[in-house]
Amino acid sequence: MSTKNWPLWEVFVRSKNGLEHRHFGSLHAADAEMALENARDVYTRRNEGVSIWVVESKHITASNPEHNGELFEPAQDKVYRHPTFYNLPDEIKHM
Amino acid sequence: MKENLYKYILGIADNSLILGQRMGELCGHGPSLETDIACTNLSLDLFGQVRSCYQYAAKILGDDRTEDDIAMLRKERDYLNVLLVEQPNRDFAYVIGRQFLFDVYHHLFLTELQKSKDLTLAAIANKSIKEVSYHLRFSSDWVKRLGDGTEESHARMQEAIDGLWTYTDELFHQTEADKEMVAEGIGVDVTKLKETYYNNVAGVLTEATLQVPELKYFQKGGKQGIHTEHLGYLLAELQYMQRAYPNMEW
Amino acid sequence: MSEEQIKNLEEQFEARILRDDKIEPKDWMPEKYRQTHIRQISQHAHSEIVGMLPEGNWITRAPSLRRKVALLAKVQDEGGHGLYLYSAAETLGISRDEMFEQLHTGKAKYSSIFNYPALTWADMGAIGWLVDGAAIINQVALCGTSYGPYARAMVRICKEESFHQRQGYEIMLKLSQGTQEQRDMAQDALNRFWWPALMMFGPKDEDSPHTAQSMKWKLKRKTNDDLRQQFIDQTVPQAELIGLTVPDPDLKWNEERQSYDFGEIDWDEFWQVVKGHGPCNKERMDARVNAWEGGAWVRDAAMAYADKKQERKAKQAI
Repeated sequence: MSTKNWPLWEVFVRSKNGLEHRHFGSLHAADAEMALENARDVYTRRNEGVSIWVVESKHITASNPEHNGELFEPAQDKVYRHPTFYNLPDEIKHM
Repeated sequence: MKENLYKYILGIADNSLILGQRMGELCGHGPSLETDIACTNLSLDLFGQVRSCYQYAAKILGDDRTEDDIAMLRKERDYLNVLLVEQPNRDFAYVIGRQFLFDVYHHLFLTELQKSKDLTLAAIANKSIKEVSYHLRFSSDWVKRLGDGTEESHARMQEAIDGLWTYTDELFHQTEADKEMVAEGIGVDVTKLKETYYNNVAGVLTEATLQVPELKYFQKGGKQGIHTEHLGYLLAELQYMQRAYPNMEW
Repeated sequence: MSEEQIKNLEEQFEARILRDDKIEPKDWMPEKYRQTHIRQISQHAHSEIVGMLPEGNWITRAPSLRRKVALLAKVQDEGGHGLYLYSAAETLGISRDEMFEQLHTGKAKYSSIFNYPALTWADMGAIGWLVDGAAIINQVALCGTSYGPYARAMVRICKEESFHQRQGYEIMLKLSQGTQEQRDMAQDALNRFWWPALMMFGPKDEDSPHTAQSMKWKLKRKTNDDLRQQFIDQTVPQAELIGLTVPDPDLKWNEERQSYDFGEIDWDEFWQVVKGHGPCNKERMDARVNAWEGGAWVRDAAMAYADKKQERKAKQAI
């Protein structure tokens, strides 16, 4: 039986130039080259991409949803960061 | 001229047809899901190339025969593929070894075929070469992985290369049709590819810590329709529907 | 965590699902939610890869090159869909190897339909048309399920699968326009796959104990019986259109319900196959186990090679 399993990789694909790479899914591969090839074969079978990134899943550091309150809620009341916070005379249609 | 061109196209297409069929047998049985999907992609590429070729061949025949008639209704002695591609999937090392030994040739061949005076063939080569570049990368990578992997994989990969080596020389044999096509500027002079082929193959094998076989005894005959016993069974499956239910549309 | 706190978290959790919030991998979730999802998603993944086998059988024998590439691409997609689903399940803390282990030891189930044999070319038509047709009905409903990775996998799968059912129906259509022999072949395939396809929606609602919980978590959006009815109503006219007869003497349009009434499903057969005694249970499992165990040396080799390469790189860096 297998001694060590192929690690998990996350796949990011740019669908066309001008767009950012977007997370497409994950897969297993023994190394980075294989991960790229597998990503090409698994996630771009229908012409979905022009560029691929792969990163081993264990290298991703994610925020903990338990801290969502302190991380994200403080931004909710900073309405002055949005254009609608500011009053303009009616005569000015676009700014 | 037409007869030779027709045979020449069959030679090219039959290689891809038989190899595609072998690869297709693996679908659903690969060593990992990712590898399974990748191998099916190779098979799909090959069948795509096959269809372009047989459609062109059908046009040359000029009667009402279709790509499927040509692909599936010839007798075993009329298939002109090399012996290498019909060898069975003994294990994954054989699958990779066969693919690799063919890919190196296929890539060199298509590179040259792009310059053909026959514009249809040149166009087919032009489209196929991108696919085959990827095949070559894929199979070379796997030869290295298996060759330089574990003790077991090394032994299996070496055995596959040794077992298949005897079929490599035939890739560079010329038939009468080949010679005629080369003379007309349509075909590729495969004898000129031989040295580069063995150099390229040796390069990858060495990197994969594998021995380059020193065998000097080679098998031939595929290009004359004299095959190994394996082909008959492959054709029995390939042709089953067309033979069992003749003259029907699917 | 105290019982009180957990109860509180559970209430918040249920409320999130109720207002259509998605649950993501690292979010807190009740253990039962995690386990149920692992079970359902892996079962779904297993169905995809076991489902490659009956159709895979016919790749080498497809009657034309056009059919061959379509079938290859379809079976390959199923492998891809299995992969997406295993990945989704992995976000819940189970590895793909563990899931394979469960499949190979018979602990995990997969859709029983794949334990029926694919005997003729027309079965490729029937499977695409009926089996994929039934699967799509289930899967479209699941695109809105509460667990984010599962819902995203379903969206991708539904998009890709749209050609599968057409592929199958086109095979049936062509057969129905062909010779008497071809029409008989198509009818025979429909006869054999109709009832197993209806069974794909699972037991009747009254015999389906998990339905209430699954509806709450949006793992199910409609009940088994509703989905089955929807499938019958959409499929019967498709059969009629190509001159095929649905093998159910009790099938009758019900004007009042604006739906078809249909005959009783053979539930004994259903349970027999679910319990592992269908016509092909053993073949399917053998094929999967052989592929996995036979491929172990390949996977090991790739890993060993990757490690060596890593070492060499590290040495060079020094």
